[in-house]
Amino acid sequence: MANYSTNEFKGGLKVMLDGDPCAIVENEFVKPGKGQAFNRVKLRNLMTGRVWERTFKSGESLEGADVMELEMEYLYNDGEMWHFMKTDGSFEQYAVEKKALGDTEKWLKEQVPYTVTLWNDNAIAVSAPNFIELEVVETDPGLKGDTAQGGSKPATLSSGAVVRVPLFINQGEVLKIDTRSGDYVSRA
Amino acid sequence: MTPAQVITSRVPETSAWRPTAELETLRARAALLSEVRAFFAERGVLEVETPVLGQAGSTDVYLASLSTRAHTDKGRRRLWLQTSPEFHMKRLLAAGSGPIFQLARSFRNGEVGGRHNIEFCMLEWYRPGFTLNQLIDETTTLVRQLTGQALPVRCYRYRELFYHYLALDPFAERLSSLRELAEHHAGMPPATMAEEPREVCLDMLMSARIEPHLGDQQLTAVVEYPASQAALAKRHQDAHGDWVASRFELYLNGVELANGYDELTDADEQRQRFEADNAQRLALGLEEVDIDERLLQAMAHGLPEGAGVALGMDRLVQQVLGKPRLEDVISFATPRC
Repeated sequence: MANYSTNEFKGGLKVMLDGDPCAIVENEFVKPGKGQAFNRVKLRNLMTGRVWERTFKSGESLEGADVMELEMEYLYNDGEMWHFMKTDGSFEQYAVEKKALGDTEKWLKEQVPYTVTLWNDNAIAVSAPNFIELEVVETDPGLKGDTAQGGSKPATLSSGAVVRVPLFINQGEVLKIDTRSGDYVSRA
Repeated sequence: MTPAQVITSRVPETSAWRPTAELETLRARAALLSEVRAFFAERGVLEVETPVLGQAGSTDVYLASLSTRAHTDKGRRRLWLQTSPEFHMKRLLAAGSGPIFQLARSFRNGEVGGRHNIEFCMLEWYRPGFTLNQLIDETTTLVRQLTGQALPVRCYRYRELFYHYLALDPFAERLSSLRELAEHHAGMPPATMAEEPREVCLDMLMSARIEPHLGDQQLTAVVEYPASQAALAKRHQDAHGDWVASRFELYLNGVELANGYDELTDADEQRQRFEADNAQRLALGLEEVDIDERLLQAMAHGLPEGAGVALGMDRLVQQVLGKPRLEDVISFATPRC
């Protein structure tokens, strides 16, 4: 992998830091009136999702990280690993560990495309589409006629996620959910 | 890594011909430049123009010069693009010009960002017979006039700022603890800066922990920098007996606007500093820069005692007009040139 010097840093560049692949979020050149120049850099650790702030001496370099983000369909879970397949027509499959799956586990639905981050050809992160349609598998019975008033109740979805839904929602209905916030959006 | 994986916020190629600044901003900028010229005309300071190209460059270890090859009357020669108009202007002073100012195109390689552009406009002026304090007064008067605000002016010693923001004495603190502190504030794992000299640790702490606070609703002048940061300024002993640079920097809203010196006039000491710079350049694996022998000759002939200051004109325009990025006040910032 190539090395990148601070003056090549830009948003989205993938580099290695302390053994983990990171994506550069922000890079600001700072220089006191006279003296050493620095680059104040924000990096997102692709393994943990955490954002690090580091200051480098200008001219220092980091090794590039072999990271790709690919669209893959969720296939199935074999009890230990979760299996995804590339949507580029290659039918190539990747097995994903629980650790890499993270919170996305509760938004999994077969045949839906997810963004899988690969590092050295291993899946290290999976992100769900912003909106997903899921069926309600369990909730208290809907209150008839109560479509306008506020109030909410918990509902368990087919993927295992529990979300707050309006009182009029019934078991078996398909709902549109915002996976970023976990909020109910509408009936699908 | 293929370019496709690098997300950039580039404008579409079809709009890349457009200026980076709005035309209204360029009109406001022109008005500010007129005001600068009127300010100096009133005070009898002569506007001069000196070459952007020189047969020597700046040896400053932390400045990267651009250079070019040109066919001259002496054949093919390497010429340097100035990092500031200082050397030519000092030669005018030695020739007896009296007080002079210049709005000069200057170039610093690799300096790119929200407050930096490789090519920029430096407002530089020299005041024979002025003390550093007189020049601080004149600089703050100009900045207050251009901003149209009666900004209060505060002056702090470098040492005081480190006491205040980091509770340490930059002249006395042990190098090992400076390194640890710099690592901590840089977000670096321990021992990353174990090889760094004192100056780099202090620069790191100054940039990260102090500068962002300077010039909040006021003009902050910083004086008495460590002697190692004297560049082309005289040195003197402060109240603690430590050697400090007779130099000031001016900040507004966390942005460094100007850097001024009680100018070094001793040609021999100047030569030693140039040579020390080049020795340090070699040690750091950087290219040596030709020493400006004509400046040294001029200094040997006699540079009048006095003070001089360089002010980043683009940054001042940016502050006056409240623009978020430097490119917003430059007709065509380098990425769009």
